[in-house]
Amino acid sequence: MTRLETEVSTAAYSQGPEGLPRLLAGVRSDAALTLIEHGDTHGPLPVLQIDALVDVLRAAGLRGRGGAAFPAATKLVAVAAGRAPRVVIANGAEGEPASGKDEALLAGSPHLVLDGLVLAARALRAREAIIAVERTRPRALRAVAAAIDERTSDGYDGVRLRIVPVPGRYVAGEESALVHLVDGGEAKPTVVPPRPFDRGVGGRPTLVQNVETLAHIALVARHGPEWFRQVGTFDEPGSTLLTISGAVRRPGVLEVSPGACFDTVIDAAGGELEPVEAYLVGGYYGTWIRRDDLASRPLSTASLRGVGGFLGAGVLVAMPAAVCGLAETARVMGYLAEESAGQCGSCVHGLRSIADRTHELAHRQTGASVLDDLDRWSGMVVGRGACRLPDGAVRFLSSARRAFAAEVRLHQQGRCSATRRDPVLPLPGRDRDWSWR
Amino acid sequence: MTKRLQLDPIRCDGHGICAELFPEGVALDDWGYPIVNTTPIPEHFVALAKRAVFACPVLALKLIEDD
Repeated sequence: MTRLETEVSTAAYSQGPEGLPRLLAGVRSDAALTLIEHGDTHGPLPVLQIDALVDVLRAAGLRGRGGAAFPAATKLVAVAAGRAPRVVIANGAEGEPASGKDEALLAGSPHLVLDGLVLAARALRAREAIIAVERTRPRALRAVAAAIDERTSDGYDGVRLRIVPVPGRYVAGEESALVHLVDGGEAKPTVVPPRPFDRGVGGRPTLVQNVETLAHIALVARHGPEWFRQVGTFDEPGSTLLTISGAVRRPGVLEVSPGACFDTVIDAAGGELEPVEAYLVGGYYGTWIRRDDLASRPLSTASLRGVGGFLGAGVLVAMPAAVCGLAETARVMGYLAEESAGQCGSCVHGLRSIADRTHELAHRQTGASVLDDLDRWSGMVVGRGACRLPDGAVRFLSSARRAFAAEVRLHQQGRCSATRRDPVLPLPGRDRDWSWR
Repeated sequence: MTKRLQLDPIRCDGHGICAELFPEGVALDDWGYPIVNTTPIPEHFVALAKRAVFACPVLALKLIEDD
């Protein structure tokens, strides 16, 4: 009986592309795929009832691509357990200055994301489907707005789609912050529980799902879980988007298969431009990993765990050996302190204090207490915020102290091995978005 | 049934009265904000914990019960 059902449902899937690209199939650098081009590339979007969608996602083993790698099926089940009508939010507010993969996907293939959003919204009988896009990413905003117009004039979906511009703040893409913004508040994290799946927009059960995850959902629904698992590893199936920058010849967004060799991925980004000492992996919530530890290692969270890292939202930044890793770390710590939403005392004061000491370490103004203070305060702020900003910032800092341990010792002696001071890690410029609405 | 303290870090303004009234369960960090022990409170401390909860001027501290 079960077997027969499996055969029937397998037959219903259309054939998907072999190998890569999947998400970026047909994508050009200059303009988004139109609705017609999108249909030609990916085929029609099936309609799935909630149980069928949960089953297919569970079989596919799809995990969230926003950084936390939470199983997509589990999240969907949690929202479906609440009372209808429900709300779905496509989270395109990547927040991370070193990440451009959500922007690239939205700007290149907005309909694939909207497909996933509509699919989830229909299955959940959502009253409204919202797509949240960072205001500071105009290419993505324009492409999504145009795509919504195309679909609406077609009478395509039967689901009301709404775009919500999100302030370009680091924590604005956090689930509870998005819900707060959509509800007319500031894009600042709120205390959880209640979590959005339980009580989100207007108190309704709300699915907040990263835009890349939704695009995967749109493909899994078309081509099935077996197709999905043809790339990636058993634990991390399906392709994934990476944003590679720093000292590589062709920085940009790549679609890769988790488990692919690090060296192959860097080659695909054109190779390194100069000697590289370490990589920042996973963004400013992520970790510094020495290049030697990454060489010939498979790029997957399971493998990166062995060297204290995780793939997160897929950020890789190549840090030249000629630039001071501690100075770069201090710049980012200063930025993260400024990105505190100003709500939790331990974050406001803790991150400021930690950033100031990191700056002193980077600039060799090292009183005896600098490292002691950093240790003490790092331990003090973890787990105490409404969101994970302090935890992420501290993880980033401790990984810097491990990866650049030799440089820390030099700095304590008043020296520095760097020969250049040009900034490598991307940060928003002077014209940055300071607003919360 | 056990009782635990729960802090809303957004409401909290760092008045620090909780740490004064219930130092066994609340310490202050270097900036004067409470670090709350969220493990179950021993029976003989519950009365003190309640005083700390009632004294908070912004209602940031709560006593919650687990089954």
